Amino acid sequence: MRFVDEFREPELISRTAEEIRRLAGTELHYRMMEVCGGHTHAIYRFGLKDILPSNIELIHGPGCPVCVLPMGRIDDGLAIAQQPDVIFAAFGDMMRVPGTQGSPLEHKARGMDVRIVYSPSDALKLARLNPEKHVMFFAIGFETTAPSTALTMMRARAEGIRNFSVFCNHVTIIPAIRAILDSPDMRLDAFIGPGHVSTVIGCRPYEWIAQNERKPIVVSGFEPLDLLQSIVMLLRQLNAGEARVENQYKRVVPWEGNHAALRAMAEVFQLRPYFEWRGLGFISQSALRVNDKYAEWDAEQRFEVPGIRVTDPKAAQCGEVLKGVLKPHQCKLFGRECTPEHPIGALMVSTEGSCAAYHSYEHRKAAMEPSLTSIA
Amino acid sequence: MCLAIPGKIVEISSGNADSALVEVAGVRRKIDLGLLQDDKPVPGDWVLIHVGFAMSKISEQDALEQMNTLKILGEAEGAIQEVKGYGLEDVN
Amino acid sequence: MITPASTPAANIRFRDPQIEMAHGAGGKASRRLVEGLFAPLLFGAAPGPLGDAAQVQIQGTTVAITTDSFVVKPLSFPGGSIGELAVNGTVNDLAVSGARAQALVVTFVLEAGLPTPVLEAEVRAMAKAAQDAGVRIAAGDTKVVEHGKADQMYISTTGIGHLLHGVSIDPRSVRVGDKILLSGPIGDHGVTILLARGELDLEADLRSDTRSVLPLVETLIRAAGPGVRWMRDPTRGGAATSLNELARDCGLGMVLFEDQIPVRDTVRGACELLGLDPLHIANEGQFLAVVSPEYADAAINALSLAPGGGEAQVIGEVRTQPAGTVLVTTLYGGSRIVDMLVGDPLPRIC
Repeated sequence: MRFVDEFREPELISRTAEEIRRLAGTELHYRMMEVCGGHTHAIYRFGLKDILPSNIELIHGPGCPVCVLPMGRIDDGLAIAQQPDVIFAAFGDMMRVPGTQGSPLEHKARGMDVRIVYSPSDALKLARLNPEKHVMFFAIGFETTAPSTALTMMRARAEGIRNFSVFCNHVTIIPAIRAILDSPDMRLDAFIGPGHVSTVIGCRPYEWIAQNERKPIVVSGFEPLDLLQSIVMLLRQLNAGEARVENQYKRVVPWEGNHAALRAMAEVFQLRPYFEWRGLGFISQSALRVNDKYAEWDAEQRFEVPGIRVTDPKAAQCGEVLKGVLKPHQCKLFGRECTPEHPIGALMVSTEGSCAAYHSYEHRKAAMEPSLTSIA
Repeated sequence: MCLAIPGKIVEISSGNADSALVEVAGVRRKIDLGLLQDDKPVPGDWVLIHVGFAMSKISEQDALEQMNTLKILGEAEGAIQEVKGYGLEDVN
Repeated sequence: MITPASTPAANIRFRDPQIEMAHGAGGKASRRLVEGLFAPLLFGAAPGPLGDAAQVQIQGTTVAITTDSFVVKPLSFPGGSIGELAVNGTVNDLAVSGARAQALVVTFVLEAGLPTPVLEAEVRAMAKAAQDAGVRIAAGDTKVVEHGKADQMYISTTGIGHLLHGVSIDPRSVRVGDKILLSGPIGDHGVTILLARGELDLEADLRSDTRSVLPLVETLIRAAGPGVRWMRDPTRGGAATSLNELARDCGLGMVLFEDQIPVRDTVRGACELLGLDPLHIANEGQFLAVVSPEYADAAINALSLAPGGGEAQVIGEVRTQPAGTVLVTTLYGGSRIVDMLVGDPLPRIC
C-alpha cells in the first residue's frame, strides 16, 4: 500500500530506533505525551514501546473523543432515539459505549433502530432513503471529523432534507492540551502532536505550547517510521534545550491548515461556553454546538434533551488515566470489574482508549520475562 | 478521530464534481471532495481519506524527502563517528 | 460447531440477561454462552477441551459427528452462496477434527415469500458443493416461518464421518517448539460479505474462499500425520479467536510472525480503510494446523505443492510465553497481543 508500506520498512525502523537510543542516552528520563488516540492505537498496534529505550516514557493523552464523552451525553442521545420513527446513526466506535441503560448495540437488541455508518454522508443518505423516519446522527470527534459533519449539514440544508439532525459532541483539541498542562500533578517534557486534527487546524495553534510552556511539540504521522522520526525530532530539541513546533507529517499536514474545512465548521458550528469532559471536568470553549442558522438540523433543538448528568463510579479512575497521571493497570478496577467485555469507563470501550489498548495489547506481555519481549 | 488512509483518485464523478472514486490497495471507494474545494484534486492525485471525505492532498515530494531524511539518519552519524576516530579535532 | 470431548457438569455460569448479536459472533461472548449455559446442561460430566466435532461410539465403531448453521446476508456473494457454505462448513469441521465426511443431513428454515428461484439456486449450489466435496446429502427437513422471521433462509447441516487414520487431534498434545501453519490467505470471506452487503461505498475484486479443505487436510496427514497435534478452521472470530482458544486449552503461547501471515492486498486495504484486523475476520476455506518441528517442513512442502495449497505458510510457533495468549511480532522487534474477538468486528473511525 502506497504511502503506508514505505513507512513500515523494518530496516529503516531498526535504524531509527538505534538513533533514538543514541540520542536518549542513559542519563535522562524523557516523558512524552502523545495527545491523539490514533497515536495511542498505533503505538500499541506496532509494538513500538518494545523498541524504545526504557528511559523514554510515552504517556497517553486525552485525544480519544469517545473516551472523553460523559455517559450522560450517550443517555441523552439514546433518549432522543427512543422517540418513535427515529433512527440512531453513529460510527462503529460508539456502538459498544455504555450509557446507564446500556450501549447503543444493547438498545438495538431491545428494538431501537440503530445503524452503524462509516461517514456522516451515510447518515444523510439514510434520511433520503427513509423519508417517513427521522435520522439522528450522533456526531463525535475532534476537528478532524467536525468539518465532514458540517459539510454534510450544509448539504442537508441545500437539499431541503428536513428529516435529519445531528447530536453534536464534537470537541476541540487545544483546550484539552491546555487542561493537561494546567494540571498540577502533570510533568511532561514534550508532545507528539495530533496528526489528522492538524490537517484541519494546521500547526499554528500549537505555538503557545512551545513559546509559553517551553515544551517542544512535533506534529506526527501514524506509521511506525512517522512516530519514531517524531521522537528523534523531539529528542534533538530536548537535548539542545529548544522548544519549537515542528511538522513531521509534512506530506499531509499543511502548516496553515485546511481553510475550506475551517470555513465549513464556522458556517455550521459555534463554540459552547463550556462542556463537560469525562475525567477532566468542565472546560470552557472546548466543544462545538450547532449554531442558530442550522437550528433545524440540531438534534438538541429539534428534540427534548433530558440533560442527564452521570457521575462516574468513584472507584473508576478514568480521569487520572486520561491525564496520564496513572497508568491503566494502576486503576483499581482495571482487568477486574472493568474489562473490554464489561467496560465501566469509556477508556476501556474505545479501541484507542488507553485502558482498552493496554488490556488488549499489553498487560499480559508485562507478565512475560523481559528477555522474551525482544523478539527480532 | 484519527483513522485516515491514503488513496489514489481514480475518477471524478461525472454528475457531481465533489464526488470521486478513490482506490486503496485495489479497493475502490466513493469519497467526498467537498473539503478540498480550494485545491481540487485530479485523477492520479493521492489524498488522505477520513470518514469518507478527502482531508488533504498527499505530497509525493514531501514523502520522498522524508524517506531520504530517514535513510541518511544512521549514515550521517556513522560518518561523524568515523571522523572523530581520526582524532583530527585534537590537532591544533 | 463446538462440542466437547467432555465437559464439567458445573452450575450455569452464563450471566448475561439477554442474547445479543455478539453471542453468535464466534468470540468471547459466544464462548461464554457455550461454556456457561450449554455445556453444563447438555454436555455431561468429565473435563476436557471443546473441539470442532464429537466422537461417538456406535456398535464398536467410532464416528465423528458435527453440526453447523448458516445465517448470512446476502445469501449470494462473489465466490459462493449460503448453500456452499452449508456443505463446506460442515465438511471442514469434520476434516479439521481428523475425519472424512460421509453424509450430511440438512434442515432448511425458509421465510414465507422466498422466491422459488432463489431457493432452487441454493439447492443446486449445495448439490454441486456436495459432489465436489465427495459427500452425500442423505436426508433433510424443512420448516417455513412467517415473513420477517428468517432472513430469507437459514440452513443447518449435520455431518457424520469416519476418522482418518494416522492422526490424533488433541490440543493437550501441543508442545513448545511446535510450528503453526496456515493453509492460505485470511480475511477473504468476511470482507467479501461485508462489501457484498452494499452498506459501504466500497468495491473490490474479492471472492469468498469457501471450499472443502478435506483434500489439503488429507495431504497434510499423509505427509506429517504423526506430527499433527491440532487443527481448526478459523470461521467466525477469525484466526485470532481459534488460536486464542488453543492457547487457553494448552496453556502455552502462540507467537505469530506478522510478515509471514498471508493476507491479500485487497483484504489488507479494506481492513485498513475500515479499521479492522484480518486476524479477526471469518474464513470459509482455510485451516490452521499445529505440527511438531520434525514434521513441519514435510507438512509445508506437501501443502504448497498440493492444489489450492500454494499459499500455505508457517506463520508462527508455540512458546512457553506469553502463556495462554496469542502474540504477534514484527520484523523490527515490536510485538502486540491479539485477543479473542469481543463482539462483532466493528469498523472504527478513530
